Amino acid sequence: MEFFRSLGANTRESFTKLGRGSYFLIGMLAGISSVLVRPNLILKQMHSVGVLSFLIIFISGLFVGMVLGLQGFYILSRFGAEETLGVMVAASLVRELGPVVSALLFAGRAGSALTAEIGLMKATEQLSGMEMMAIDPIKRIISPRFLAGFLSMPLLAALFSAVGIMGGQIVGCGLLGVDDGAYWSQMNAAIDFQKDIINGVIKSLVFGFITTWIALFEGYDAVPTAEGVSRATTRTVVNSAFSILGLDFILTALMFGDN
Amino acid sequence: MPHNKTQDTLVGLFVAAGIASLFFLALQVSNLSSFTKGNTYEVVARFSNSGGLKAKAAVSAAGVKIGSVKSITFDPKTFESIVKMDIDAQYNTLPDDVTASVYTAGLLGEQYVSLDGGGSDDYLKNGSKIEITNSSLILEKAIGQFLFKSAEENKGSSDKKTSPKK
Repeated sequence: MEFFRSLGANTRESFTKLGRGSYFLIGMLAGISSVLVRPNLILKQMHSVGVLSFLIIFISGLFVGMVLGLQGFYILSRFGAEETLGVMVAASLVRELGPVVSALLFAGRAGSALTAEIGLMKATEQLSGMEMMAIDPIKRIISPRFLAGFLSMPLLAALFSAVGIMGGQIVGCGLLGVDDGAYWSQMNAAIDFQKDIINGVIKSLVFGFITTWIALFEGYDAVPTAEGVSRATTRTVVNSAFSILGLDFILTALMFGDN
Repeated sequence: MPHNKTQDTLVGLFVAAGIASLFFLALQVSNLSSFTKGNTYEVVARFSNSGGLKAKAAVSAAGVKIGSVKSITFDPKTFESIVKMDIDAQYNTLPDDVTASVYTAGLLGEQYVSLDGGGSDDYLKNGSKIEITNSSLILEKAIGQFLFKSAEENKGSSDKKTSPKK
């Protein structure tokens, strides 16, 4: 009996949380127009969300591409198909690893920072202070951060893929002796702009939306204590990772499932 | 809030790097640069077997890509495959008696259509049909024929070897 009671309580809790989340989302989206007329707010957030994530994305992309080059060469050389290394590296980066890994890194690097920042603002009653001065904290604090995260994510994912492809080329052509021309031309022939590149960008837009939303909401919804903020930050990273990987499966099935 | 110049520059660099990598992916990695949807004309060829040819495969003449395969359908009456191709409009002086063949790029590569030969004064136009076609090489068939032939040859040579002794 106790089990069913706690299950019911959990269900009620998740419903109210989902309700608060969607209410928050509507307010956040409604605040976008008032943020756009003050682009300084967005630029400042793009600096802390995008520019400061640049280095980790760049280095991870390079190493992921180099590892793909090594592993791909090892497998492909068993079939005498080293020339298709470029296709393997580019397809796996553009379709999957670029959007997914950069979104996971983004959730860890930028998402957790957003949650901690807003949670601390709430704990030190800065948000209430704004409301006292008749400034809507959603419009002033939340919407610029959302817009910055949503716009930075596809740029970071594209950067990750591009750097990764070059990393694969460095290892494949420089170290392992795959022909440079074959690497690029086979890649060119096999990667389709609409099917691969555009779908990858759509994926990263979805991930940027969901990650930034979760991070901002967890911060805004955090229990205003030190422990509450720390729990909210953990929840941001865990929930973002779950939703990125789950949504990735659904999106991949929708985009590439029919062939 | 005062404008922060360093911050503006950094964000500008970040956005530029992101957009540059998007362009890099679009032009350098994918096939967008060779995507000519502009002026093309359509020709049809019938193959008794088009093998592993797929839509969007290259159509080339003398090794240069001049168009792409638009669609491949099956004609149940004649048991042939009807391959429609889009040829770039700047190549409008191809003779109408060219031979269309399905070749494979390398041993494991993609299949493509090659247009060779021809000396007619009439040119291929939109909707014209290529009469002479060579089907794709089916590896199993070729191996079968080769084995059959070599068996025949062995038979012949063994006959020759035995005949002078008699």
